[in-house]
Amino acid sequence: MTATDAKGAGAQGRARHLDLKVLGPILALLALILVGALLNANFLSMGNITNVLSRSAFIGIIAVGMTFVITAGGLDLSVGSMAAFIAGLMILVMNGLLPTMGPGWPLVFVGMTTALVAGVAAGFINGFLVTTMRIEAFIVTLGTMGIYRSLVTWLADGGTLSLDFGMRSVIRPIYYDGILGISWPIIVFALVAIAGEVVMRRAAFGRHAAAIGSNDQVARYSSVNVNRVRLLTFVFLGLLVGVATIMYVPRLGSASSSTGLLWELEAIAAVIIGGTMLKGGFGRVWGTVIGVLILSLIDNILNLTDGVSPYLNGAIQGVIIILAVILQRDRKAGA
Amino acid sequence: MKLSLRNIDRSFGAVQVLHDVTLDLHPGEVHALIGENGAGKSTTMKIMSGYLAPTSGEVLLDDRPVAFASSEAAEAHGVVLIHQEFNLAELLTVEQNIFLGHELKRGPFLDIRAMRERTRHLLDRLDCHVAPDAVVRDISNPDKQMVEIAKALSRDARVLIMDEPTAVLTEREAEVLFSQISRLRAEGVAILFTSHKLDEVKRISDRVTVLRDGHVVAQAMTQAMTEDEMATAMVGRDVSSLYPERAAPVGGEIVLTVEGLTVPGHARDVSFDLHRGEILGIAGLIGSGRTETMEGLVGLRAATGTVRVEGRAIRRDRPRAALDAGIAYLTEDRKERGLLLDKSMRENLTLQSLRDFTRVLIDEAAEDRALDQAIADFDIRAPHRAVEVGNLSGGNQQKLLLAKTMLADPQIVIIDEPTRGIDIGTKKQIYEFIHGLVARGKSVIVISSEMQEVIGLADRVLVMRQGRLAGELSRPDINEDRIVRLAMGLDGVRGAA
Repeated sequence: MTATDAKGAGAQGRARHLDLKVLGPILALLALILVGALLNANFLSMGNITNVLSRSAFIGIIAVGMTFVITAGGLDLSVGSMAAFIAGLMILVMNGLLPTMGPGWPLVFVGMTTALVAGVAAGFINGFLVTTMRIEAFIVTLGTMGIYRSLVTWLADGGTLSLDFGMRSVIRPIYYDGILGISWPIIVFALVAIAGEVVMRRAAFGRHAAAIGSNDQVARYSSVNVNRVRLLTFVFLGLLVGVATIMYVPRLGSASSSTGLLWELEAIAAVIIGGTMLKGGFGRVWGTVIGVLILSLIDNILNLTDGVSPYLNGAIQGVIIILAVILQRDRKAGA
Repeated sequence: MKLSLRNIDRSFGAVQVLHDVTLDLHPGEVHALIGENGAGKSTTMKIMSGYLAPTSGEVLLDDRPVAFASSEAAEAHGVVLIHQEFNLAELLTVEQNIFLGHELKRGPFLDIRAMRERTRHLLDRLDCHVAPDAVVRDISNPDKQMVEIAKALSRDARVLIMDEPTAVLTEREAEVLFSQISRLRAEGVAILFTSHKLDEVKRISDRVTVLRDGHVVAQAMTQAMTEDEMATAMVGRDVSSLYPERAAPVGGEIVLTVEGLTVPGHARDVSFDLHRGEILGIAGLIGSGRTETMEGLVGLRAATGTVRVEGRAIRRDRPRAALDAGIAYLTEDRKERGLLLDKSMRENLTLQSLRDFTRVLIDEAAEDRALDQAIADFDIRAPHRAVEVGNLSGGNQQKLLLAKTMLADPQIVIIDEPTRGIDIGTKKQIYEFIHGLVARGKSVIVISSEMQEVIGLADRVLVMRQGRLAGELSRPDINEDRIVRLAMGLDGVRGAA
């Protein structure tokens, strides 16, 4: 059939284009590493690499969860505020139980559990409102973003919630220590990313999430429990926000109204740079990881070099995000 | 105005899809363009209406060569293409759609009164009674078709090209369209349409052109060709027996019992049985609640009433409940509800039964084997395995949708419009496939707006009218007259089984 052959030829052309699209983020990352290495001798030092990776772990862990939410056709603007709120809660709980439990690992575990439970609950609330109550994800999470930000400000009474100094030294190793010279945040980020990649590509959940983002009616008519999958993407994201907060609290030992500010935008940007479609239907976790690394490397390079002001960080990141979306649209135009 | 194609070739990349196509559209004449899916009908129509340029050859308007730079340029010359998928803004009103991009103005402001007046006038001319301020989303498919035609007329269309205008219409609605086409013909409009329904080609066209693999294989006055000759020219072989013979196996035990099924707003108190090895046809006008009843039956819509499979009542509150009980519903809307158009065949094939391919992770090798099997069993023709499903022809999409549904191994299959927009060769394959299903002891419900399909396939027919069962027909009482009378409420009697 001639017409089919013609379409076949078109599809092959698109496949070539897709390869470029797949390579794009990787090439950008390699280019950044090259630029960084040329500009500053310290760039490739173990210390700097560890520093960059540890600091990108918070956004990275959240961005992995965000990849699933976006792939399933959702969005979550509340993660930054949620992290701040969970951090505040975790600190309050640990401070409150310190007199009875005393400083030590049992109390740390209580704090961790608090963070995970709060994350799951917050994710569930978002997911419940989006699915069962059928409110746009954008609206729901815009609302909860304001709520959590306001709650943490209220809990801190406009100032800063600080972890009791007795606990700080106990909890510090969670951010600063590790195994074989690799810090815990990097290890956790790597594990979350690998698990996320496997789930996205090889588990029914990832396949279902992409199907729902592609066309939720088709998913529904294919006996997929659309609401449950959507809800779970939000719950997993909430859980991962809890995990990120557990990594974050030991670093500064405090939470305030400016904790986690704009994390949601950085996480979404990383997801988009990585090649996940903002409108849903296609997501890749490894791309998100590269997106996170690109964003933190830009920040790092600007800090290490004298030529460009670090204040231009946001501008450069903005350009990168827009470029990534233009690339995405090109691929769509080929389809 | 006369529009002609002279020796048109068209290639996409290295592949030539049109070879030396020549045809004339005369004013006041209805020209039917027929051919199997992929024969080049769409490409021909797009070249006529400025959406595509020919690779070589000439487009003539009143015997003068023209080169339409775009569809807008063609429209400016009075040549308008009406797409099969409507090109209407769903959230705008009828009049806003008709004047979209060509709004009438008084000074800097829209002249809403004048536009409403003209819209009403245009719709009156088409004998269409939809309100000018109705939102397009809320009007029926035939009305949308009329709005499309009104839109074309508002641009002073002298050449009207329609891509399968009756595909989404019931036979009665198609009748309305045909009378409008006759009226336009009398006004001197040159009309070209495509259709897979040869009886309507025979009835309403004056001249017919048959395409096969991009070549014009026959061109004649319609009265000089029989339907059989047209079909033979299209497929290049004899297709006289579209509906395979089958020994009627009715009499098997009851596998499905539906009692008092009510889908609010669409269907009331529907009750029927389905036997093992039976093909049950559901006929009725579009809007009579056939699709909604079946969607309620499998839990895709809120519904009350009892559904029993082999005597056990099934729940309908979980997405998988019906499937777990062995009932699968195959939607009429394969592009919006059936298939993920931007995904590959493999992901589409296993979507409904992914559980069977998953232990902890998805077994991709098993998926690939299932796809190989489906491609072989259902004769799915795709350029390569990774092709996006949206790029397959309608017939191959439908075969893939069938394969996807059957992968879940249902005992009862409900197929809504099994052959909509599909060429004759593929239709025959799908009918044979349905016969194969019942021969293996499965039971099939077929909803169809094509009378011949219901009559040719079904052992028993339920006719729906305004959300209720209007009657039931068994062989040998299944004929067009009885079905139409029941569907239109002319027979008050509920026929006994």
